Amino acid sequence: MPHSLTLSGIDYAILIIYFGFVLGIGWALKRYMKGGAEFFLSGRSIPAWVTGLAFISANLGAQEVIGMAASGAKYGIMTSHFYWVGAIPAMVFLAIFMMPFYYGSKARSVPEYLKLRFDEKTRGLNAISFAVMTVFSSGISLHALARLMEQLIGWNYNACIFVSAAIVLVYILLGGLTSAIYNEVLQFFMIVLGFAPLVFLALKDVGGWAALKEKLIPVATGQHFAPGTWTDSWSHMQTTAANPMGVEWFGMVFGLGFVMSFGYWCTDFLVVQRAMAANSMSAARRTPLIAAIPKMLFPALVILPGMIAIAMHYQSGGNFLPKGADGSPDYNMVMPTLLARYMPAGLLGLGFTALMASFMSGMAGNVTAFNTVSTYDIYQSYLAPNKTDAHYLTVGRVLTVLGIVISIGCAYLAAQFNNIMDMLQLVFGFVNAPLFATFLLGMFWKRATGHGAFWGLLGGTLGAAIFHGLALATGNTPGIKGGWIEAKFAFHSDMGQNFYMAVVAWTTCFVLTIVISLATARTKTDAELTGLVYSLTPKPETAHEPWYKQPVTVGILVMIVTIVLNILFW
Amino acid sequence: MNFDLRLPLGMIFTLFGLLLVGYGVMSDPAIYQKSLGINMNLTWGIVLLVFGAVMLTFALRARGKNGKS
Repeated sequence: MPHSLTLSGIDYAILIIYFGFVLGIGWALKRYMKGGAEFFLSGRSIPAWVTGLAFISANLGAQEVIGMAASGAKYGIMTSHFYWVGAIPAMVFLAIFMMPFYYGSKARSVPEYLKLRFDEKTRGLNAISFAVMTVFSSGISLHALARLMEQLIGWNYNACIFVSAAIVLVYILLGGLTSAIYNEVLQFFMIVLGFAPLVFLALKDVGGWAALKEKLIPVATGQHFAPGTWTDSWSHMQTTAANPMGVEWFGMVFGLGFVMSFGYWCTDFLVVQRAMAANSMSAARRTPLIAAIPKMLFPALVILPGMIAIAMHYQSGGNFLPKGADGSPDYNMVMPTLLARYMPAGLLGLGFTALMASFMSGMAGNVTAFNTVSTYDIYQSYLAPNKTDAHYLTVGRVLTVLGIVISIGCAYLAAQFNNIMDMLQLVFGFVNAPLFATFLLGMFWKRATGHGAFWGLLGGTLGAAIFHGLALATGNTPGIKGGWIEAKFAFHSDMGQNFYMAVVAWTTCFVLTIVISLATARTKTDAELTGLVYSLTPKPETAHEPWYKQPVTVGILVMIVTIVLNILFW
Repeated sequence: MNFDLRLPLGMIFTLFGLLLVGYGVMSDPAIYQKSLGINMNLTWGIVLLVFGAVMLTFALRARGKNGKS
């Protein structure tokens, strides 16, 4: 197969300068890494605009850039629900309601918050599943990067794996979390400035938004949907059969919006860790809000290219995107195809570097979250408590190396056995789905107990697994995709099935936690729960701040703009 | 922490801007058929240059203030 991208000298120059800066930032930060607090928590010293941009960037891994463009082609503008129903409301909720507890409790990680609020076993469950999950995610990111580079430019797979892993390793060892955060901000600007000209050129070529709408009509009707399905975000959601996602509004709002997005953005330590590194309570609360503002506009950068590519694909009679084995377009190639099609040497280097940067920062984000949780929540809690700070710093560095070594192992595992990775992601799905119920009850109901939280979480995970065994989407055979007990519930798509699985897991965990909490005695007094539960914590005072620094005011403004965006593209 | 991220951000994007503008001026116009006939290296290079310069200005100003006080 011919390689679809050819890089010139100027492109390589940009790539090399970029990675020079990445390592340089790590080097410059080296002298600040005096102890555990600096290495793992950035010494809580970072300004809000930096943590805010790192907050979205940590999530802006390759899965986001490649995946959202693929979804834009596959499902059209409905993909924007991941942003305008999912991420943004969750980020506003985190800023206004949850950040005061994470930051104010002085917990060093999300699992540690669970320890303070509930008990040791709840922390252990969360810490171990989270640590395993992060190294696997980092391995998957690494594998995806190397495979794409091999396919696009013909670089050697093994060399890609080891060079990328080595760069990430070096800058984290040098500058810890701060290094990861600063590089995420650099990556944020690379992605925005690297892909903006691409979107501009593609949109110009297709003839602007009005012409794009026109050209997406045959895409929809060709697949037997109503003409506007690719360009209306809400109009085709009455039934699961009316849209390509196979989801109706309840599954979307409750499953994706409330359960999955709030679960991810409000409880995943990978993103929350960025806000916890902010230099004050006010900065920590502003972190997700500062992140929400560019996040609202990201659909233009990552979903729109997918929509343009599929319009071009239909217009050209199926010759724009490369085809998969079954003759359908290979949606994951949207971004690379557009890069090759529109970017001249020079700009190509910029866009390509942005793509590589997103893979690597996805990996770095996972590694920094992994080393903190495995050092504080596993090593310090269970293996070797009461050692010196210097000891934990050394252990953290060793665990960073170990985390990267395991990631490399996982990358090769993913290359060998695709099924193992699917299986693992499925299990992570079961574990993650109920989490938000536990945090919601923990933060807003002082009667929730440790036993309630622990068994509620396990129950929710089990509920998710059982539901998965009973549900199956059209076109799938029973097995890893579901229905391995008995396919009782039929869904139109994997996505619809996932959203409902999340709803089941959340509800099971929510109800179980309440019932078991009421049946067990409280182990923490009101005094112990101060700073951890809403009703027992003094509200953060923000009246003296200017309006643009007040989380509630900014949060409301962000929500108004989000609602306007939903209506504009209804 | 006494490390201003705006400084490296300003440096790298100024550098990228200069590279793209330089390449845009010198390169063979034929390569811009891809970008619909627009010399995007030149245009976008200027955008990057402006962004980089703004970041650098802020960083150096903040540094100047800290130096005085």
